Amino acid sequence: MSKLVVATTSLAGCFGCHMSLLDIDERILDLIELVEFNKSPINDIKTFTKQCDIGLIEGGCCNSENIHVLKDFRKNCKILVSLGECAIMGGLPALRNGIPIEECLAEAYLDGPTVKGNIHKILPNDKELPMLLDKVYPCHEVVKIDYYLPGCPPRADLIWDVLVALVTGDEMKLPYEVVKFD
Amino acid sequence: MSNKIKFKIDGVTCEAEKGQYIVDAAWENGIYIPTLCNIPGIKPQGSCRICTVNINGRPMTACTTPLLDGMEIENDIPEIREIRKAIIESLFVEGNHFCPACEKSGNCMLQALAYRFQMMAPRFPYSFPVKGVDASHPKIIKDQNRCILCKRCIKSIKDEDGKSIFAFYGRGHKLRVHVDPELADKLTDELAQKAMDVCPVGSILVKEKGFDVPIGKRAYDNVPIGSDIEGNK
Repeated sequence: MSKLVVATTSLAGCFGCHMSLLDIDERILDLIELVEFNKSPINDIKTFTKQCDIGLIEGGCCNSENIHVLKDFRKNCKILVSLGECAIMGGLPALRNGIPIEECLAEAYLDGPTVKGNIHKILPNDKELPMLLDKVYPCHEVVKIDYYLPGCPPRADLIWDVLVALVTGDEMKLPYEVVKFD
Repeated sequence: MSNKIKFKIDGVTCEAEKGQYIVDAAWENGIYIPTLCNIPGIKPQGSCRICTVNINGRPMTACTTPLLDGMEIENDIPEIREIRKAIIESLFVEGNHFCPACEKSGNCMLQALAYRFQMMAPRFPYSFPVKGVDASHPKIIKDQNRCILCKRCIKSIKDEDGKSIFAFYGRGHKLRVHVDPELADKLTDELAQKAMDVCPVGSILVKEKGFDVPIGKRAYDNVPIGSDIEGNK
């Protein structure tokens, strides 16, 4: 049997969910026996080189690049998993959702107490920069998501159990102690 | 006890006093019917609908319906579980419930119900309403983002003259629970703590306090809400 291919990404996230994936400790050696990693910050593969079976998405969508990457993942992965609160509901970045985007940018680049030296009062406007969205969107409001793993971050045991279940085709165990929103 | 009558919940014959509210009767018999807006001992209002059960085939709130002889109640069936899950999910999308950043996380009844009913992500789109935080009072913070308008604080937190410290203000989607500033100025430490404890979510917080119980030791970290009631069986 060929190994299942896993891709991961962090959109508007803090990499905490990836850290939690690494928190499976020595089981990562077992994981490497079970799956092969494609596009992922863990191995630094930047673009998809083949069709993947499982895509783990950390973080919600706060800019146009996040949307692009998420749609790319949907195209290239059979199963997409929202990993953590940010992917599921926007999380910490979504705290800006009640504030108009102009005010957010002004606070960050013009009027904030730590702003120094922006004498020409310029907002970042390089064409290379992704555009901010009007608000932060949960991933499942942008593309179809197949599974959700809540938690901030999701417990390592939960990620491990779900990955093993996806590889072996067994039913997912979701013990009460590991499915948490914080 | 001649007032004891027999009724059935999910086919199990139970005994309780006639006229008791169904929730109370079920809990006494070790059967958990989830509640959110209800406070035992205070007149129920049936506003959150989480305690919906089928009574003789019709969906009704168990917290406001008095028990009658021979009632056939359906509680833990897929149809009712689905209604309850949908209510919880709608409460999550109608407010701004950022569990990872909330002081009440782990002790929150709404979150605990979401755990019990295995909510992974709400089926409804998030509305991210603009609601604000009122931190102008000396002892408490009222975070409107987390308020689910259950009225528990309005009904149970009163000063020595019987006046409510909290009250509804506005209508429709602008409805908020507001704090009376004069009464809040005179709020005692005990009453402020009681207000925080009676709030099922993290909407009322005592100032200069929070995150004092470590993760793993909070009320709903290890056992689902309602386990204590089911343990009475």
